[in-house]
Amino acid sequence: MDIATIPLREWAEATVLWCTSHGGPLFALVTGSIDRLDAFLRAALRVPPPALVVLAAALWALWRRGIPAAVAVALGLLLIWNLALWKEAIDTVSLVLIAAGLSLAIGIPVGILMAESATARSLITPILDYMQTTPAFVYLIPSVLFFGIGTVPGVLATMMFALPPPIRATMLGIANVPPPLIEAGNAFGATPLQLIVRVKLPLALPYVSVGVNQCIMMSLSMVVIASLVGARGLGTKVVESLTQADLAKGIEAGLAVVATAITLDLLSRPRSSAGRGSYT
Amino acid sequence: MSPPPAIELKDVWKVFGRRAAEALSAVRSEQIGKDEVLRRYDCVVAVADVSVAIAQGEIFCIMGLSGSGKSTLLRHVNRLVEPTAGEIRIHGEDIGRKSAGALRELRARKIGMVFQHVALFPHRRIWENVAFGLEVRGVPRPRRREVAQETLELVHLSGWGDRYPAELSGGMQQRVGLARALAADPDVLLMDEPFSALDPLIRRQLQDQFLQLASMMKKTTLFITHDLDEAIRLGHRIAVMKDGRFIQTGTAEEIVLTPADSYVAEFVRGVSRLKIVRAHSLMRPLDATEAITLDATARAVDGDADLERMIRIVAESPGPLLVVDADNRPIGVVSETALLRAIHE
Repeated sequence: MDIATIPLREWAEATVLWCTSHGGPLFALVTGSIDRLDAFLRAALRVPPPALVVLAAALWALWRRGIPAAVAVALGLLLIWNLALWKEAIDTVSLVLIAAGLSLAIGIPVGILMAESATARSLITPILDYMQTTPAFVYLIPSVLFFGIGTVPGVLATMMFALPPPIRATMLGIANVPPPLIEAGNAFGATPLQLIVRVKLPLALPYVSVGVNQCIMMSLSMVVIASLVGARGLGTKVVESLTQADLAKGIEAGLAVVATAITLDLLSRPRSSAGRGSYT
Repeated sequence: MSPPPAIELKDVWKVFGRRAAEALSAVRSEQIGKDEVLRRYDCVVAVADVSVAIAQGEIFCIMGLSGSGKSTLLRHVNRLVEPTAGEIRIHGEDIGRKSAGALRELRARKIGMVFQHVALFPHRRIWENVAFGLEVRGVPRPRRREVAQETLELVHLSGWGDRYPAELSGGMQQRVGLARALAADPDVLLMDEPFSALDPLIRRQLQDQFLQLASMMKKTTLFITHDLDEAIRLGHRIAVMKDGRFIQTGTAEEIVLTPADSYVAEFVRGVSRLKIVRAHSLMRPLDATEAITLDATARAVDGDADLERMIRIVAESPGPLLVVDADNRPIGVVSETALLRAIHE
C-alpha cells in the first residue's frame, strides 16, 4: 500500500528558489551592513592593547561582582593572550556582539508584544518551543542557502539561535509587574505606551538583564559552531584542529573559548546586589 | 439653579461574569439573591443599584467589610471599572461617554487616587512618583520638580524627594501616595482604604493630616474604609455598604442613633457616642417657665455641642442644660435623664 508523501521537500525547494531569485537586493544589503559593522567592531576592539583590555575588564568585574569574578576574568584573558589567540578571540567577540545585539533588538520588542497580547502569545509560543528544540546546526542551513559562506550567515544563524531567551525573559518580566502598580499608572492617566516605557519595562529590568546574559552566552556557543560555515574566530581554530586531528591545537582553542565564555558571562551578568529594593 | 454635584452615581450596577447582562436583568426582574445569581449565571453582583450625589468639598465615606463591593464601586468613578448599568457624572459630565484620550485627561487632571497598598513605583525617586501624573501629560521637567516639592511640603516630606520609596517607612510612603494624588490639584480624591495597613498611631496622625488638607484644599473625597471609627472621624456623610448595596446613608449621628437595620445596629454598637451625639438630637422643646429658670443659671450650649462637652458641664454643676441657637435664643432643653440615657444606649 502506497501512501503519498507530503511534498515537503518540493515546497521547501520552491520557497528557497523564490527567495533567492526575488530577495537578492535585500540579501546583499544585509550582507553588506553586517560585514561593515563586523569590520568596524573588530578594528575598534583591536585598538586598545591587550594589557589595557585585561585591566579594564577586571575592574568592571570587580565593580559589578567582586574580587573572585575580577580574578577569573583577568586569568581567562591573560590565558587567551598567552596562547596567542587574542586576535581570534576578538573576532569571536565581535560576532557575538553583533548577533546578540540583533537578537535583543528583535527579542525585547517581541517579548513586550507577547506580554501585552494574548493572541501574539498563543501564536509565538509554539514557534519559540520549536526553535529551542531545533538542533543548533539546523540554523546554519537556511543561512547558508540565502547568504552563502562566511561571516554573515554565521551571524544570522547565531541571531536566530539566541532569540528565544530575551523574548521569554522580557515577557516574564512584564507579566510579573505587580497589578497594583499598573492600576496606579492607569489611574494617573498614562497611555498604554507610557505604561510600558515608564512602568512595566523598568520594573521588568531584572528579568530582561537575565535574558541579555543568556542571549550573549547562547550567541557565543553558536558563533563557535558557525565557524563550520566560515565565520571567523576561535571556532576556526576548533574546526582546523578537528580536520587536522591536532589535539593540542584543539585543547588550546577550547580553553580560549571557555575563557571567553567566562569573561562574557561575568561582564554581562546583572549586578549581584540588587540596589533599590523591590515592590512590597 | 444650583451647580451639579461633584460626583453623581445613578443606578449603578456592576456584575462580574460572562453572562453579566442576563444576570442583571434577572436580578432586576425577579429580585433573586446573590447566591442564586452565582448558581444560575455564574456571575457575581459586586455593586447593586447604587445612587448617590456627593457635593463639592464633601468627604463621603463608604464603610463596608471586605467583599461588600466598596473598592469596585470606587473604581467606577475614574472608570478603572466599567459599570454594567447606570451612569456616573463628575461635575455633571457623563464620564461613560468619554473617549480613551478624554478619560486619560480626566484621570490626570481631575481625579487623584490613593491606594490601600500605596503602589508607589519602586524604581522612581519620591519626587518622580509624586509628579507621575504631570509627567504623563507632558508637563516639562523643571515645572514637575517644582510642583513635586510644593506638594511634598504639604505632607511634611520636603527633603525626601530624592530618595526611593523603599527608604521610607509605611506611613511616609502613604503620605507620598497622598502627595501623588494631590500633585495635579484634582477636584476629586478617591481614597481606597489608604490608612488601613498602618499602625493605629500612624493612622491617627494621617487621618488628622488628611482632614486638615481636605478642609484647606476643599477636595471632594470618596473615602473607602472598613473601619467605622475612621468613617465617623472623617466623613461628613457615611454610607454603609453590604452585598453591593448602600443599606444606609447619612451623617455619623443619624447612623449611630437610628441604624436602618440589625446589620448597621450591630456595627454601631461598639462605637463611642461621646463625639457623635449632639445636643439638638437630645433636647426637647422647653416651656415658658423653664426658660426663665434655666436662663438664670446660664448653662447654655449650642445645638452642635457633643455629648462629651455636655457631660463635662453637668459633672461640674448638676442640672438640665439649655440649648440655644446662633442668636443665643433658647430653643430646647437637655435633661440629665436624657443625657444619661444617651450614654447608656
